[in-house]
Amino acid sequence: MANPVISGAVDITDVVCPVTFVKVKVALEELEDGQVLSVRLNDGEPVQNIPRSLKEEGQRILKLTDNGDQTYTLLVRKAGD
Amino acid sequence: MAIDYKALKNGGFMRQIQKNHFSLRLKVVGGNLTASQLRAIAEISETYGDGHVHLTSRQGVEIPFVRLQDVEAVKTALEVGGVHTGVCGPRVRTVTACQGSAVCPSGCIDTYPLAVEISDRYFGRELPHKFKFGVTGCANNCLKAEENDVGIKGGYTVDWRAEACTLCGVCVKACRAGAITQTDSAIALDRAKCNHCGRCAKACPFDAWAAEPGYLLSFGGTFGNLIARGEEILPILRAKEDVFRAADAALAFFDQYGRPGERFRLSIEREGWAAFRQYMHQHTSKS
Repeated sequence: MANPVISGAVDITDVVCPVTFVKVKVALEELEDGQVLSVRLNDGEPVQNIPRSLKEEGQRILKLTDNGDQTYTLLVRKAGD
Repeated sequence: MAIDYKALKNGGFMRQIQKNHFSLRLKVVGGNLTASQLRAIAEISETYGDGHVHLTSRQGVEIPFVRLQDVEAVKTALEVGGVHTGVCGPRVRTVTACQGSAVCPSGCIDTYPLAVEISDRYFGRELPHKFKFGVTGCANNCLKAEENDVGIKGGYTVDWRAEACTLCGVCVKACRAGAITQTDSAIALDRAKCNHCGRCAKACPFDAWAAEPGYLLSFGGTFGNLIARGEEILPILRAKEDVFRAADAALAFFDQYGRPGERFRLSIEREGWAAFRQYMHQHTSKS
């Protein structure tokens, strides 16, 4: 898959559940439908749960990348309502 | 006339320490009651009880402080309100359930209809001792399946679909059993490690995991005087009729080998787990 254009970024490595998901939701709010958000998240619970929660919200996950420093970068495309 | 306390108890009227007062156990399946049933219960509690109800440890409702002379009136009021009395004693008890896939995002099976079917089929059936069924929708096990004489847990059997996969890596992280590994070109599933939790399929953004719902059964759980975890002795069952075949067999085993007043677990242990396994395999394999 070609690398998508990233329109926004949020770092949730400094917060814990449920603020993690709230921060991602707020960041998505600021984007237009179809734009892509980059999320930096911690290994463990966040990387286990954030992608799934976003899928349940109807968002489109594009890619998850291991940054090699116990963090991951998740690309998510904002879906319309 | 002598009061038949045993008959009252079997019919859900539990004797209290207060003379001639009963805590009336109601029938609840899968923890669900309608608003109109709740209204009827509230009214009965205010009219015939002391205005409070007790929520039991197994999703039941009891109306305490019902007086002996009101038992018949209360039975009539329950009937009018569409509420039924529960049971006590050596028989199949309240069937419990979590909300399952009809409500919960984690659910792998539709728990409530299954609990209703189990209840319709077995509720109140006499056995050597009390017998509990519990249905939980997934590996999160909110309903604590293995505490029950027969526990039923929903799970997925998953298969990787290479053609849909983008190797995004979400499932590898979603899996808590460490059953999924990823290379540059493929995903590998270690079925020996897979616990059927379904998190891979639920998390996958591309539907690259085909998921078949099924039932994981545990037998011989008990969590009262004796605390012991029910054992999974059968592979995951795909069809509901197989669940009933297994439950029928478990109850038949208990009927045949259980001694009065002995819990299912103890009957299994006395006969031996090997014998129980063999019995279950014999009576659940399709000829």
